Amino acid sequence: MTPKAAHDPDYNLGYLDEQTKRMIRRALLKAVAIPGYQVPFASREMPLAYGWGTGGMQVTAAVLGPDDVLKVIDQGADDTTNAVSIRRFFARVTGVRTTERTVEATVIQTRHRIPEQALTEGQIIVYQVPQPEPLRKLEPRETETRRMHALADYGLMHVKLYEDIARHGRITLSYDYPVLVNGRYVMAPSPIPSFDNPKMHHSPALQLFGAGREKRIYAIPPYTEVRSLDFEDHPFHPWRASNCCDLCGAADSYLDEVVTDDRGGRMFVCSDTDWCADRREAGHRGRLAGHALATPRADDPA
Amino acid sequence: MSDRAILDVPILDVTGIGVRFGGLNAVKDATFSLWPGEVLAIVGESGSGKTTLLRTLAGELAPDSGQALFRTRAGEVVDIPRLAEPQRRALARTEWGFVHQNPRDGLRMAVSAGGNVGERLMAAGARHWGHIRAEAAAWLARVEIDGSRIDDPPRVFSGGMQQRLQIARVLVTEPRLVLMDEPTGGLDVSVQARLLDLIRTLVGELGIAAIIVTHDLAVARLLADRMLVMQQGRIVEAGLTDQVLDDPQHPYSQLLVSSVLQA
Ligand SMILES: Nc1ncnc2c1ncn2[C@@H]1O[C@H](COP(=O)(O)OP(=O)(O)OP(=O)(O)O)[C@@H](O)[C@H]1O
Ligand SMILES: [Mg+2]
Repeated sequence: MTPKAAHDPDYNLGYLDEQTKRMIRRALLKAVAIPGYQVPFASREMPLAYGWGTGGMQVTAAVLGPDDVLKVIDQGADDTTNAVSIRRFFARVTGVRTTERTVEATVIQTRHRIPEQALTEGQIIVYQVPQPEPLRKLEPRETETRRMHALADYGLMHVKLYEDIARHGRITLSYDYPVLVNGRYVMAPSPIPSFDNPKMHHSPALQLFGAGREKRIYAIPPYTEVRSLDFEDHPFHPWRASNCCDLCGAADSYLDEVVTDDRGGRMFVCSDTDWCADRREAGHRGRLAGHALATPRADDPA
Repeated sequence: MSDRAILDVPILDVTGIGVRFGGLNAVKDATFSLWPGEVLAIVGESGSGKTTLLRTLAGELAPDSGQALFRTRAGEVVDIPRLAEPQRRALARTEWGFVHQNPRDGLRMAVSAGGNVGERLMAAGARHWGHIRAEAAAWLARVEIDGSRIDDPPRVFSGGMQQRLQIARVLVTEPRLVLMDEPTGGLDVSVQARLLDLIRTLVGELGIAAIIVTHDLAVARLLADRMLVMQQGRIVEAGLTDQVLDDPQHPYSQLLVSSVLQA
């Protein structure tokens, strides 16, 4: 964990001005009160292009307090350029402690994954969302999708899944898989793998979603029912490669396939770098344990 | 033809419906009833208010006056223009259906034929893929669309097939009332004849009530028990189809009938 520091005095605490943070917090309160409902908000410019997580960043900026510990992941990894630059940005403009360890974090901003380590009460996970409207591809008119949500008129969502089964014999949708929140609103979970969908269900953590370009915020309060849409005879089933992690041997984590050379060499590794490192530290070894990809955590003094 | 109908209570009771668009009275004081299993044709020249009246009956347009009392399957009587939107949508999926003149308005062109037919079932809560599929297949057969086309999108269908698909999509939830706006418009004559035949068979088999808007008096003659003649927003004549066509009373109906005969 990095130590607490003073924030850069050239910026307001958390980069956004107090007025904007208040506005976002109000939208968040409303979102928490109506699980899965997309609350419009006046999205601001962030020092990052839309599509790089500006919605998530605005939410994070609005909820971070001085005692928080922030973790940022991109595709499960703490060490990608994007994750590192967002983490550094918040360290600079808020002075909060940062970490790569899921268990230490109080706020986790994420793109494309939910950590393998089960989240706990008091933690907040902030998702970066490119397209908040789960019906958009099926119905381009905003007035119509809003009406569908208002009336819980979700036949069309099932048409999409029907088509998938008709074409492929099963539901092939494997990420951004739509869920029904609290038995009421159909919601886009952001492009996380469907493997992660079950983690949203009855999570003890508070889940917040921010879409910057589309100017929407939504939320799942702790211990809320989150059901992945499916058919009785084609039940939802979270997809995962059948391999084990080549570094830590995990058989139940979500894996990335990595090409290791130009002769077709490949390996499977946990996409959650913190989880993988934890397991290796605990002595778990995979097929290619000791491979150069098994880098230690950046914030570990070792 | 209507002996049976007269014994029942109307499924639809329309009284004094008026629709204005700005200064234009598109529909004036429309009053009529429709009985279960009855087919009613609405004829009249372009701009006489036929589509406007039909859309009002579907609850898509709010009239400026009047009521349209609909008796649901459960025996509840609702005033269509005064339904709350959630209830209107629910009834529009189960109790009635609308067949548009342009299939583009009634179909999802990028969704497969099976998905188009299944949508209303799914909207009504069906969640068993195999059952939805079987139901869609059965309905495609009923409207004479080859089962091998079930996964094709309607944009690759002919106009006649699109119209038949639209009918299957509406009838799959077995509504008690079907509203059709020029369902054979824009189709060539042989295709029209086949479609009319199909509509007549299905309406007869299912015993549903139907209102069919048409320019074409031959369509009215073939399908309808009774007919209404509209002129400039007003119903100027109503009666049994054969009576109106063979012995029109209103001068406008006389003109309409004679112009067809001459044509
Ligand atoms: N949304 C609208 N706004 C303004 N005027 C309208 C609207 N819809 C219809 N009208 C007008 O109302 C009148 C009745 O139109 P409507 O479409 O009901 O006629 P119609 O009998 O269906 O004609 P057609 O046989 O050509 O389809 C016309 O003068 C039309 O221009
Ligand atoms: Mg019309």
